[in-house]
Amino acid sequence: MKKYLPALALAGALLAFNAAAKEAEPLADDPVVEQRLVNIAGELRCLVCQNESLAGSQADLAKDLRREVRGLIKEGKTDEEVKDFLVSRYGDFVLYRPQVKPETYLLWAGPFILLIVGIVVLIRYLRRRSAMLTETPLTEEERRRAAALLEENRP
Amino acid sequence: MNKFLLPLGIFIVLVALLAVGLNLNPREVPSPLVGKPAPLFSVPRLQEPEKTFSPQEMIGKVWLLNVWASWCVSCREEHPVIVDAAKRGMLPPVIGLNYKDKREDGRRWLARFGDPYQLSAFDADGRVGIDYGVYGVPETYLIDKQGVIRFKQIGPITPEVLEKKIVPLVQELNK
Repeated sequence: MKKYLPALALAGALLAFNAAAKEAEPLADDPVVEQRLVNIAGELRCLVCQNESLAGSQADLAKDLRREVRGLIKEGKTDEEVKDFLVSRYGDFVLYRPQVKPETYLLWAGPFILLIVGIVVLIRYLRRRSAMLTETPLTEEERRRAAALLEENRP
Repeated sequence: MNKFLLPLGIFIVLVALLAVGLNLNPREVPSPLVGKPAPLFSVPRLQEPEKTFSPQEMIGKVWLLNVWASWCVSCREEHPVIVDAAKRGMLPPVIGLNYKDKREDGRRWLARFGDPYQLSAFDADGRVGIDYGVYGVPETYLIDKQGVIRFKQIGPITPEVLEKKIVPLVQELNK
Protein backbone atom coordinates (compact mmCIF):
# COMPACT_ATOMS: atom_id res chain seq x y z
CA MET A 1 0.00 0.00 0.00
CA LYS A 2 2.74 2.33 1.08
CA LYS A 3 4.46 2.37 -2.28
CA TYR A 4 1.25 3.45 -3.99
CA LEU A 5 0.82 6.44 -1.71
CA PRO A 6 2.74 8.95 -3.84
CA ALA A 7 0.80 7.84 -6.89
CA LEU A 8 -2.47 8.19 -4.99
CA ALA A 9 -1.46 11.62 -3.75
CA LEU A 10 -0.58 12.63 -7.27
CA ALA A 11 -3.88 11.29 -8.58
CA GLY A 12 -5.69 13.17 -5.83
CA ALA A 13 -3.85 16.36 -6.63
CA LEU A 14 -4.62 15.95 -10.31
CA LEU A 15 -8.28 15.39 -9.56
CA ALA A 16 -8.35 18.49 -7.41
CA PHE A 17 -6.62 20.40 -10.17
CA ASN A 18 -9.10 19.06 -12.66
CA ALA A 19 -11.99 20.20 -10.46
CA ALA A 20 -10.46 23.65 -10.19
CA ALA A 21 -9.94 23.78 -13.94
CA LYS A 22 -13.63 23.08 -14.44
CA GLU A 23 -14.46 26.61 -13.29
CA ALA A 24 -14.17 28.05 -16.79
CA GLU A 25 -16.19 25.35 -18.47
CA PRO A 26 -19.52 27.09 -19.07
CA LEU A 27 -17.81 29.27 -21.66
CA ALA A 28 -16.78 26.37 -23.83
CA ASP A 29 -18.89 23.47 -22.67
CA ASP A 30 -19.85 22.67 -26.23
CA PRO A 31 -17.06 23.30 -28.73
CA VAL A 32 -19.45 23.02 -31.69
CA VAL A 33 -21.71 25.73 -30.28
CA GLU A 34 -18.72 27.91 -29.44
CA GLN A 35 -17.28 27.54 -32.94
CA ARG A 36 -20.58 28.56 -34.50
CA LEU A 37 -20.85 31.43 -32.03
CA VAL A 38 -17.41 32.70 -33.04
CA ASN A 39 -18.28 32.37 -36.74
CA ILE A 40 -21.57 34.24 -36.44
CA ALA A 41 -20.36 36.85 -33.98
CA GLY A 42 -17.35 37.60 -36.19
CA GLU A 43 -19.74 38.84 -38.88
CA LEU A 44 -21.67 41.10 -36.54
CA ARG A 45 -20.86 44.58 -35.32
CA CYS A 46 -20.81 45.44 -31.66
CA LEU A 47 -22.95 48.56 -31.39
CA VAL A 48 -21.18 49.90 -28.32
CA CYS A 49 -17.70 49.91 -29.81
CA GLN A 50 -18.60 50.07 -33.44
CA ASN A 51 -15.31 49.00 -34.94
CA GLU A 52 -15.21 45.75 -33.02
CA SER A 53 -17.02 42.58 -33.91
CA LEU A 54 -19.40 40.98 -31.50
CA ALA A 55 -16.92 38.13 -31.15
CA GLY A 56 -14.05 40.35 -30.12
CA SER A 57 -15.73 42.97 -28.01
CA GLN A 58 -15.56 43.02 -24.24
CA ALA A 59 -18.41 45.50 -23.93
CA ASP A 60 -21.16 44.45 -21.56
CA LEU A 61 -23.75 44.44 -24.30
CA ALA A 62 -21.56 42.24 -26.49
CA LYS A 63 -21.28 39.71 -23.65
CA ASP A 64 -25.05 39.71 -23.24
CA LEU A 65 -25.58 39.30 -26.95
CA ARG A 66 -23.11 36.44 -27.12
CA ARG A 67 -25.05 34.76 -24.33
CA GLU A 68 -28.25 35.34 -26.31
CA VAL A 69 -26.72 33.99 -29.54
CA ARG A 70 -25.38 30.96 -27.68
CA GLY A 71 -28.91 30.30 -26.43
CA LEU A 72 -30.34 30.58 -29.93
CA ILE A 73 -27.75 28.17 -31.33
CA LYS A 74 -28.57 25.65 -28.61
CA GLU A 75 -32.25 25.99 -29.54
CA GLY A 76 -31.23 24.77 -32.98
CA LYS A 77 -31.59 28.04 -34.89
CA THR A 78 -29.72 28.39 -38.19
CA ASP A 79 -27.06 31.06 -38.70
CA GLU A 80 -29.51 33.06 -40.80
CA GLU A 81 -32.16 32.96 -38.09
CA VAL A 82 -29.65 34.15 -35.51
CA LYS A 83 -28.62 37.07 -37.73
CA ASP A 84 -32.27 37.94 -38.39
CA PHE A 85 -32.84 38.00 -34.64
CA LEU A 86 -30.19 40.70 -34.27
CA VAL A 87 -31.10 42.64 -37.43
CA SER A 88 -34.74 42.86 -36.34
CA ARG A 89 -33.59 44.56 -33.13
CA TYR A 90 -30.54 46.59 -34.09
CA GLY A 91 -31.00 47.08 -37.83
CA ASP A 92 -28.85 46.27 -40.86
CA PHE A 93 -26.00 48.18 -39.27
CA VAL A 94 -25.04 45.14 -37.19
CA LEU A 95 -24.13 43.20 -40.31
CA TYR A 96 -20.56 43.71 -41.51
CA ARG A 97 -21.60 42.14 -44.82
CA PRO A 98 -24.69 44.04 -45.98
CA GLN A 99 -27.53 42.06 -47.48
CA VAL A 100 -28.33 42.46 -51.18
CA LYS A 101 -31.70 44.21 -51.39
CA PRO A 102 -33.12 47.31 -53.14
CA GLU A 103 -31.66 49.74 -50.57
CA THR A 104 -28.20 48.27 -50.97
CA TYR A 105 -28.10 47.76 -54.76
CA LEU A 106 -26.14 50.99 -55.19
CA LEU A 107 -23.71 49.96 -52.47
CA TRP A 108 -23.00 46.63 -54.10
CA ALA A 109 -23.05 47.80 -57.73
CA GLY A 110 -21.42 51.22 -57.15
CA PRO A 111 -17.78 50.14 -57.50
CA PHE A 112 -18.53 48.24 -60.71
CA ILE A 113 -20.44 51.19 -62.13
CA LEU A 114 -17.46 53.42 -61.35
CA LEU A 115 -15.12 50.91 -62.97
CA ILE A 116 -17.21 50.84 -66.17
CA VAL A 117 -17.39 54.65 -66.23
CA GLY A 118 -13.62 54.73 -65.81
CA ILE A 119 -13.05 52.30 -68.68
CA VAL A 120 -15.40 54.24 -70.98
CA VAL A 121 -13.62 57.52 -70.18
CA LEU A 122 -10.24 55.89 -70.75
CA ILE A 123 -11.24 54.43 -74.12
CA ARG A 124 -12.69 57.73 -75.29
CA TYR A 125 -9.55 59.58 -74.19
CA LEU A 126 -7.25 57.14 -75.96
CA ARG A 127 -9.30 57.31 -79.16
CA ARG A 128 -9.31 61.09 -79.12
CA ARG A 129 -5.56 61.13 -78.56
CA SER A 130 -4.81 58.78 -81.39
CA ALA A 131 -7.04 60.89 -83.68
CA MET A 132 -4.93 63.91 -82.79
CA LEU A 133 -1.75 62.26 -84.05
CA THR A 134 -1.43 63.02 -87.76
CA GLU A 135 0.90 61.21 -90.09
CA THR A 136 3.87 63.42 -90.98
CA PRO A 137 5.85 61.65 -93.70
CA LEU A 138 9.54 62.47 -94.11
CA THR A 139 10.56 64.80 -96.83
CA GLU A 140 13.01 63.64 -99.50
CA GLU A 141 15.83 65.64 -97.83
CA GLU A 142 15.19 64.10 -94.42
CA ARG A 143 15.08 60.61 -95.87
CA ARG A 144 18.47 61.12 -97.46
CA ARG A 145 19.96 62.40 -94.19
CA ALA A 146 18.55 59.45 -92.27
CA ALA A 147 19.97 57.00 -94.78
CA ALA A 148 23.36 58.74 -94.55
CA LEU A 149 23.37 58.55 -90.76
CA LEU A 150 22.45 54.89 -90.82
CA GLU A 151 25.17 54.20 -93.35
CA GLU A 152 27.73 56.03 -91.21
CA ASN A 153 27.06 53.95 -88.14
CA ARG A 154 27.05 50.60 -89.85
CA PRO A 155 29.77 48.43 -88.27
CA MET B 1 -9.45 78.07 -67.10
CA ASN B 2 -11.83 75.42 -68.29
CA LYS B 3 -9.14 72.87 -67.62
CA PHE B 4 -9.32 73.48 -63.86
CA LEU B 5 -13.07 73.72 -63.61
CA LEU B 6 -13.75 69.99 -63.64
CA PRO B 7 -11.16 68.92 -61.03
CA LEU B 8 -12.18 71.86 -58.86
CA GLY B 9 -15.83 70.86 -59.14
CA ILE B 10 -15.03 67.27 -58.19
CA PHE B 11 -12.95 68.51 -55.26
CA ILE B 12 -15.78 70.72 -53.97
CA VAL B 13 -18.29 67.85 -54.23
CA LEU B 14 -15.88 65.57 -52.37
CA VAL B 15 -15.34 68.11 -49.58
CA ALA B 16 -19.10 68.61 -49.27
CA LEU B 17 -19.72 64.86 -48.99
CA LEU B 18 -16.96 64.48 -46.40
CA ALA B 19 -18.28 67.44 -44.42
CA VAL B 20 -21.75 65.90 -44.27
CA GLY B 21 -20.37 62.44 -43.50
CA LEU B 22 -18.12 63.65 -40.69
CA ASN B 23 -20.96 65.54 -39.07
CA LEU B 24 -23.22 62.52 -38.87
CA ASN B 25 -23.38 60.85 -35.50
CA PRO B 26 -22.42 57.18 -35.90
CA ARG B 27 -24.16 56.42 -32.61
CA GLU B 28 -27.52 57.25 -34.12
CA VAL B 29 -28.36 54.03 -35.81
CA PRO B 30 -31.89 54.12 -37.20
CA SER B 31 -33.93 51.65 -35.20
CA PRO B 32 -35.78 49.02 -37.21
CA LEU B 33 -38.34 49.00 -34.40
CA VAL B 34 -39.89 52.37 -35.21
CA GLY B 35 -43.28 51.64 -36.76
CA LYS B 36 -43.37 48.14 -35.32
CA PRO B 37 -45.29 46.87 -32.30
CA ALA B 38 -43.36 47.31 -29.06
CA PRO B 39 -41.96 43.91 -28.02
CA LEU B 40 -43.89 42.34 -25.18
CA PHE B 41 -42.29 41.43 -21.89
CA SER B 42 -43.24 40.85 -18.34
CA VAL B 43 -40.74 41.70 -15.60
CA PRO B 44 -40.95 42.58 -11.90
CA ARG B 45 -41.34 46.20 -10.89
CA LEU B 46 -38.46 48.03 -9.25
CA GLN B 47 -40.36 49.34 -6.27
CA GLU B 48 -42.81 46.48 -5.81
CA PRO B 49 -40.94 43.29 -6.76
CA GLU B 50 -44.01 41.13 -6.14
CA LYS B 51 -45.86 42.88 -8.98
CA THR B 52 -44.94 42.66 -12.64
CA PHE B 53 -45.23 45.09 -15.51
CA SER B 54 -46.10 44.34 -19.11
CA PRO B 55 -46.56 46.85 -21.96
CA GLN B 56 -50.03 45.38 -22.55
CA GLU B 57 -51.19 47.29 -19.48
CA MET B 58 -50.59 50.51 -21.42
CA ILE B 59 -52.71 49.66 -24.48
CA GLY B 60 -55.05 52.56 -25.17
CA LYS B 61 -52.55 55.13 -23.88
CA VAL B 62 -49.74 57.05 -25.47
CA TRP B 63 -46.72 56.51 -23.24
CA LEU B 64 -42.97 56.75 -22.96
CA LEU B 65 -40.61 53.94 -22.08
CA ASN B 66 -37.43 55.45 -20.69
CA VAL B 67 -34.47 53.10 -20.27
CA TRP B 68 -32.24 54.21 -17.41
CA ALA B 69 -29.68 52.87 -14.95
CA SER B 70 -27.99 54.17 -11.84
CA TRP B 71 -24.56 53.45 -13.37
CA CYS B 72 -25.34 55.49 -16.47
CA VAL B 73 -23.69 58.89 -16.53
CA SER B 74 -25.81 60.40 -19.32
CA CYS B 75 -28.94 59.39 -17.41
CA ARG B 76 -27.95 61.85 -14.69
CA GLU B 77 -27.85 64.53 -17.34
CA GLU B 78 -31.21 63.53 -18.78
CA HIS B 79 -33.08 62.89 -15.57
CA PRO B 80 -33.75 66.52 -14.50
CA VAL B 81 -35.26 67.18 -17.94
CA ILE B 82 -37.76 64.35 -17.48
CA VAL B 83 -38.49 65.23 -13.85
CA ASP B 84 -39.14 68.83 -14.79
CA ALA B 85 -41.26 68.02 -17.85
CA ALA B 86 -43.32 65.48 -15.89
CA LYS B 87 -43.92 68.07 -13.17
CA ARG B 88 -45.16 70.56 -15.70
CA GLY B 89 -47.47 67.98 -17.24
CA MET B 90 -45.75 68.03 -20.61
CA LEU B 91 -45.32 64.30 -20.76
CA PRO B 92 -47.63 61.33 -21.19
CA PRO B 93 -47.23 58.55 -18.59
CA VAL B 94 -43.56 57.61 -18.38
CA ILE B 95 -42.57 54.06 -17.54
CA GLY B 96 -38.97 53.55 -16.52
CA LEU B 97 -36.98 50.49 -17.48
CA ASN B 98 -34.23 50.06 -14.94
CA TYR B 99 -31.67 48.36 -17.13
CA LYS B 100 -29.02 45.97 -15.79
CA ASP B 101 -28.99 47.58 -12.40
CA LYS B 102 -29.02 46.47 -8.80
CA ARG B 103 -32.39 46.92 -7.18
CA GLU B 104 -31.13 48.91 -4.21
CA ASP B 105 -28.95 51.12 -6.44
CA GLY B 106 -31.93 51.91 -8.68
CA ARG B 107 -34.15 52.76 -5.74
CA ARG B 108 -31.50 54.93 -4.13
CA TRP B 109 -30.98 56.75 -7.42
CA LEU B 110 -34.69 57.56 -7.71
CA ALA B 111 -34.86 58.64 -4.06
CA ARG B 112 -31.97 60.99 -4.64
CA PHE B 113 -32.81 62.49 -8.02
CA GLY B 114 -36.60 62.26 -8.05
CA ASP B 115 -39.00 59.73 -9.51
CA PRO B 116 -40.96 61.00 -12.52
CA TYR B 117 -42.04 57.49 -13.47
CA GLN B 118 -45.47 55.99 -13.11
CA LEU B 119 -43.46 52.89 -12.27
CA SER B 120 -40.14 51.38 -13.21
CA ALA B 121 -39.82 47.90 -14.62
CA PHE B 122 -36.74 46.02 -13.49
CA ASP B 123 -34.67 44.41 -16.24
CA ALA B 124 -31.91 42.77 -14.22
CA ASP B 125 -30.20 40.74 -16.96
CA GLY B 126 -30.86 43.10 -19.87
CA ARG B 127 -33.09 40.70 -21.82
CA VAL B 128 -35.84 43.29 -22.31
CA GLY B 129 -33.17 45.73 -23.43
CA ILE B 130 -32.04 43.29 -26.12
CA ASP B 131 -35.61 42.90 -27.41
CA TYR B 132 -35.86 46.69 -27.69
CA GLY B 133 -32.47 46.99 -29.37
CA VAL B 134 -31.00 49.03 -26.53
CA TYR B 135 -27.27 49.59 -26.96
CA GLY B 136 -26.60 52.80 -25.12
CA VAL B 137 -28.57 53.97 -22.16
CA PRO B 138 -30.48 56.26 -21.88
CA GLU B 139 -32.88 55.43 -24.66
CA THR B 140 -36.51 56.43 -24.87
CA TYR B 141 -39.38 54.96 -26.86
CA LEU B 142 -42.65 56.71 -27.61
CA ILE B 143 -45.42 54.15 -27.93
CA ASP B 144 -48.89 54.87 -29.28
CA LYS B 145 -52.34 53.69 -28.20
CA GLN B 146 -52.11 50.55 -30.32
CA GLY B 147 -48.76 49.65 -28.78
CA VAL B 148 -46.69 50.65 -31.81
CA ILE B 149 -43.31 52.36 -31.35
CA ARG B 150 -43.51 55.76 -33.03
CA PHE B 151 -40.23 57.37 -32.06
CA LYS B 152 -36.94 56.40 -30.48
CA GLN B 153 -34.49 58.73 -28.84
CA ILE B 154 -30.99 57.34 -28.52
CA GLY B 155 -29.05 59.09 -25.80
CA PRO B 156 -30.33 61.69 -23.37
CA ILE B 157 -33.53 63.61 -23.99
CA THR B 158 -32.59 67.25 -24.22
CA PRO B 159 -35.08 70.11 -23.74
CA GLU B 160 -34.79 70.65 -27.49
CA VAL B 161 -35.72 67.07 -28.40
CA LEU B 162 -38.54 67.24 -25.90
CA GLU B 163 -40.03 70.42 -27.32
CA LYS B 164 -39.45 69.83 -31.00
CA LYS B 165 -40.05 66.10 -31.31
CA ILE B 166 -41.65 64.38 -28.37
CA VAL B 167 -44.30 66.90 -27.27
CA PRO B 168 -45.69 67.57 -30.80
CA LEU B 169 -45.76 63.84 -31.57
CA VAL B 170 -47.57 63.06 -28.32
CA GLN B 171 -50.17 65.73 -29.12
CA GLU B 172 -50.67 64.30 -32.58
CA LEU B 173 -50.99 60.74 -31.31
CA ASN B 174 -53.44 61.77 -28.61
CA LYS B 175 -55.84 63.33 -31.11
